[in-house]
Amino acid sequence: MARILLNDVRKSYAGNQVIHGIGIEIADGEFVVIVGPSGCGKSTLLRMVAGLEAISAGTIEIGGKVVNDLEPRQRDIAMVFQNYALYPHMSVRENMAYGLKIARMSKAEIAARVAKAATMLELEPYLDRKPRALSGGQRQRVAMGRALVREPAALLLDEPLSNLDAKLRVQMRLQIKEMHLRTGQTTLYVTHDQVEAMTLADRLIVMNKGVAEQIATPLEVYERPASEFVAGFIGSPAMNIFTVRAGDGGVTLPGDAVLPLPGVPRDGELRLGLRPEHLRLAQEGEAAIPVLLRSVERLGADAFGYGMIEGSEVPMVLRLPGTSRAERGDRIAVVPDPAHLHFFDPETGRRVEG
Amino acid sequence: MRRTVFPHKLLPWLLLAPQLAITLIFFYWPAGQAFRQSMLREDAFGLKSTFVGLANFRKVLGDPNYLNAVQVTAVFSALVALFAMAIALFLAVQAEKVIRGKGFYRTLMIWPYAVAPAIAGMLWLFMFNPSFGTLAWPLRQMGIHWNPLLDGDHAMILVVAAATWKQISYNFLFFVAGLQAIPRSLLEAAAIDGASRRHAFWTIVFPLLTPTTFFLLVVNTVYALFDTFGIIHAVTGGGPGKATETLVYKVYNDGFVNLIMGDSAAQSVILMIIVIALTAFQFRFIERRVHYG
Ligand SMILES: Nc1ncnc2c1ncn2[C@@H]1O[C@H](COP(=O)(O)OP(=O)(O)O)[C@@H](O)[C@H]1O
Ligand SMILES: [Mg+2]
Repeated sequence: MARILLNDVRKSYAGNQVIHGIGIEIADGEFVVIVGPSGCGKSTLLRMVAGLEAISAGTIEIGGKVVNDLEPRQRDIAMVFQNYALYPHMSVRENMAYGLKIARMSKAEIAARVAKAATMLELEPYLDRKPRALSGGQRQRVAMGRALVREPAALLLDEPLSNLDAKLRVQMRLQIKEMHLRTGQTTLYVTHDQVEAMTLADRLIVMNKGVAEQIATPLEVYERPASEFVAGFIGSPAMNIFTVRAGDGGVTLPGDAVLPLPGVPRDGELRLGLRPEHLRLAQEGEAAIPVLLRSVERLGADAFGYGMIEGSEVPMVLRLPGTSRAERGDRIAVVPDPAHLHFFDPETGRRVEG
Repeated sequence: MRRTVFPHKLLPWLLLAPQLAITLIFFYWPAGQAFRQSMLREDAFGLKSTFVGLANFRKVLGDPNYLNAVQVTAVFSALVALFAMAIALFLAVQAEKVIRGKGFYRTLMIWPYAVAPAIAGMLWLFMFNPSFGTLAWPLRQMGIHWNPLLDGDHAMILVVAAATWKQISYNFLFFVAGLQAIPRSLLEAAAIDGASRRHAFWTIVFPLLTPTTFFLLVVNTVYALFDTFGIIHAVTGGGPGKATETLVYKVYNDGFVNLIMGDSAAQSVILMIIVIALTAFQFRFIERRVHYG
């Protein structure tokens, strides 16, 4: 168990900076998820914590000790790789025992720990099999087991579920959550999947192009995204974001319709973000956003309407009741929920508060 | 699978004919001759042959000189295979660590393979010639009475060194390929599990190289047994005495130098059986080759 401290951590490859100064204090037992699109530097950041990549600048502390110059084996961490990296010539049992043997643990203690992990992960029937004789889900569990038996100060996982099919992914997600509740291990988890991120995390690091755009709880990230990038990345379907001209207690929409809005932070050009789930159908004669529907997807409970703000090319996604009769070509007027307005600076992309 | 159907029966035979002719002329015919001669004995003047059955084989296998050649061959092959593989593996592991100039380093490593055996032999002979060899002098300075022309062990060391040097390139290529096939993440996982580089090498890398190592072991043994004639011929000519006379070299000596055709043919047949056995062994192994992943 340990606290992890990242202090202005940077990484450059041959002069090309890919991590631009990330700082976070991870509490003992906390589950932190690093989420972001592919190539944004998630793996690089995790691998710097693991000691697999050198740290170009800044410091990383694990359990109160600066580990910048320590080898991975001196850092008291365990890691689960995206491709699992199981030793192909060793049985499941040997895979899990490998690190314990190196730590010169007694035979009895090794057997006890492997047995405990095998029970927890339902791997007992497979202990003597080689990895190639296991399914993807079983391999994934062996990789988890190999990390857990070591009882490390911190557990690092790099997209551990991305090679599994959708159903198994949901199952394993729940198992990982449960395991964390049971072991209380400080965990750093990398994913590009926002559902995994939102459901697993105590706190999220939302990354974009090597920058931590926001570090906050999932709910905070959803309710008050710190930047336009975060707003667009978290939430499904994605938030509608478009440019408006603010003034006189309202905004001019693309297509020149005027919508009175409370709490507009400042006059001039702004980016306005509205989640599909925070738009309701307008009443007769109410000032609203006119949307021209181009298609409707019906999912049973809900239906999603895809269209454009009338008089413009700006796309809009609407969440409609499942019973809605709206169809392609219809005009729908919607009104945003004033409690869920998001404004961003058009230059910097940062959130602008009212 | 698609089958090509030829319009008539003659064309396929015509297409195969050159290859078949080569195989017949350069393999089956001499092999048949060797079989025939291994059962014959010529009189002292080489005018008349008589059929003697397996007598030549009995004579060869009972000959202390032949048993000496078996022993020399065993020692020579074992040493060449061991050193050629161990050194190549060491160099391949080092090559993995090179960051700049990897291609240059690898190209340099391949060169010895392009050198003809006899020339490689001459090279080593000159370097270690007791009277004018560039590298013999420092040996003598160190108090070693270096003389491969008189000392059988020195001669053996020299042919082993020359034969090893020539085979390292080949092994190096296969080991480099084998090492590259091992996923980096396995070594990273081992590092995180607490393994030192050395421990990871012996517990992860070396076991995963087993298929390559096994393949090379067979290839190197065949090489040492049969492909080193040119080196031995150039460096020691089988001497001093019979200290470096391998089985293949003895076939040549008995048949072409001493003209004892019956004995030489019987030895060839024995060698042929060894090659067939080794090849069969290798094929069986490759079919059942261990696949990880
Ligand atoms: N060894 C490397 N050399 C050069 N650039 C690298 C190296 N590893 C990663 N990068 C670059 O760093 C960036 C972040 O990569 P990575 O951390 O793997 O992204 P993610 O895991 O978020 O998909 C990418 O632009 C990638 O091209
Ligand atoms: Mg990655």
